[in-house]
Amino acid sequence: MTKLLKPAFDLVHEIKPYGTSFAEYSRTRNNIVCVTNDLTASCEADEFRDQFPERYFSLGMAEQNLVGVLAGMAREGLTPFYPSFSVFATRRPYEQIALSIAYPALPVRLVGFLPGLTTPGGVTHQSIDDIAIMSQLPNMTVIEVGDATEAKTVLDAIEDITGPVFIRMLRGEVPILFDSPLKLGKARQLAVGSDVLVLSCGVQTESAMRVVSRAREAGVDAGLLHISTLKPFDDPDVLEQVARAKTVVTVENHLIRGGLGTSVAEVVAEGGWGTRLIRVGIRDTFTHGGGKDYLFDYYGIAERHIAAAVEEAIGRTVFSTASEFTSQSQLHNAAVAEGL
Amino acid sequence: MVLPELDWVDKVRDQAHRVRQRAARVCAANNGGYFAQACGSAEILSTLYSQLMDLGASTGPLVPDHFRGVPRPGEPALIGDIYNGDRDRFYLSPAHYALGLYATLVEVGRLDSCVLDDVNADGSTMELIGAEHSPGFETTSGSLAQALSVAVGQALARKRFGRPGRIWALISDGEIEEGQTWEAFQAASNFGLDNLTVMLDANGLQVDGWVKDVMKIEPIPEKVRAFGWNVSEVDGHDPLAIAEAASSFVEGQPSLVVCRTNPINSVPSLEGRHQLHYIRFRTGEVEAIKNDLGVLEESHK
Ligand SMILES: Cc1ncc(C[n+]2csc(CCOP(=O)(O)OP(=O)(O)O)c2C)c(N)n1
Ligand SMILES: [Mg+2]
Repeated sequence: MTKLLKPAFDLVHEIKPYGTSFAEYSRTRNNIVCVTNDLTASCEADEFRDQFPERYFSLGMAEQNLVGVLAGMAREGLTPFYPSFSVFATRRPYEQIALSIAYPALPVRLVGFLPGLTTPGGVTHQSIDDIAIMSQLPNMTVIEVGDATEAKTVLDAIEDITGPVFIRMLRGEVPILFDSPLKLGKARQLAVGSDVLVLSCGVQTESAMRVVSRAREAGVDAGLLHISTLKPFDDPDVLEQVARAKTVVTVENHLIRGGLGTSVAEVVAEGGWGTRLIRVGIRDTFTHGGGKDYLFDYYGIAERHIAAAVEEAIGRTVFSTASEFTSQSQLHNAAVAEGL
Repeated sequence: MVLPELDWVDKVRDQAHRVRQRAARVCAANNGGYFAQACGSAEILSTLYSQLMDLGASTGPLVPDHFRGVPRPGEPALIGDIYNGDRDRFYLSPAHYALGLYATLVEVGRLDSCVLDDVNADGSTMELIGAEHSPGFETTSGSLAQALSVAVGQALARKRFGRPGRIWALISDGEIEEGQTWEAFQAASNFGLDNLTVMLDANGLQVDGWVKDVMKIEPIPEKVRAFGWNVSEVDGHDPLAIAEAASSFVEGQPSLVVCRTNPINSVPSLEGRHQLHYIRFRTGEVEAIKNDLGVLEESHK
């Protein structure tokens, strides 16, 4: 099991895994259309645009209208994709998503980039609440991919979902952590352990892998599950392990309210399991702009905070110094057009 | 407002030139940035700050404090607006134009020139995309086309309660695509907000390329006039034309000055370049830009 954690130290990246596979996936599926809000290349829709110009629509920077347009296209039997920065895919047109798309359960795909604090664009560009507000919507499926392999395989995984789906992910140069496709509703077991169970999603899985790997080297029997399907949150393997665990640590690049930690809290409370829960996430605060490492540190979601949560969970000190966890996960942004 | 003698025009032109030089240096040092926005809007911002707005003295430190936290009830973290004094108000709606505003604040003596080294640095309030703690900013407007509504609200409050001072806003042509912009236009004329003047930087540019290739937004002057506004259209690199247009008020009507600008004004070496919205200079480009603009000022660090 620990072997799975190893590659995280020497990461290989892939460039535009989503954009390339999206174009590939759309080749044989003529009902797919792609609609953008002036962020076409920025959100990896340029390959689709160049290959299928007749199925590409530029609606300008006008997200509320755009979402209504998606609904109309879906009513015409098409499967519309709307890739954008996640704040503009979810928060700006929220009401339109709720009533024009989620309520009639239309097969629209919202793809949100710049997840959480991975952008220096400041509070207006950091989607710290997108999982929460999309999860709130009845009929909506919510997925966050953890690496390039998942970015490339998520479309196959959601193929049969007849309602709307929100997918959150990185763009540009994306690390490769896994070698098997994303499976809808199935967590990835990255380590099995009985001292503490860590649940992570999105970019935080890479960090959790490093922390759990170090913890295991230090003799801590730590388990790790990577969660990609955030809603519905009903994977029997996950529920069973959470029920049995003494302490669960959830790790997310998102507000602690409304995301992975909240889902675990709900199942634990409703199951009456009494599992202790420690949540690593952004704690009820708006955020500001800066580099990824600086922000993760400032808002308490860096690797050293995950390590501290693991120590708190098992009730003893395991890691020698905080500097053991000086960040290794600079985002690779050379592959994207703008410095966001 | 007194329409001034012509020597101010030369002063504004010089300022605008140095804004471009400063912006170029920052973008070169940061391996990219919103350079075209600073280039295109340099004369608009300089004319606003030097000639048009009645701001009053800045009460902000020449070297801004570091980031101290986001606003909280009882402890609002507003610091950006103190750089704009306490009379007229100024809203920079497209917050990615921040660099141009910071450089203008340097030019008009409201910021020290050394602070430009801090743009986009961790812990600095001078964010890449400005927020309301950033010098010169009134609101957090990086999600575009929201600040004009706030400006309308402030103008409406001032008008209804008889308070002095003009509300100014700078908006971008990409923002014309957002429905909220038109809701704001509609409300402003409905309430006869003649204390509101909006400068539109019509640089023809947005992220995907030229506006004309993305969405048909013209004819802007005719459309906004039909919304009941006092609209004029000028060469956005001509300070005198900008100042004259922005000084002609019509009672009972808000004013819009459509400033036609070139996002690579004074930087001919960028002619024909794809990708102007966010510019990462390629090998040789910095040298070419130095040729265009003259020696870029050195870093202060
Ligand atoms: C509501 C919203 N949608 C999308 C974006 C992403 N975005 C940032 S700048 C921009 C282009 C807007 O046009 P304009 O301000 O005219 O761009 P410029 O002239 O600076 O290239 C877009 C779409 C945004 N910031 N806000
Ligand atoms: Mg523009």
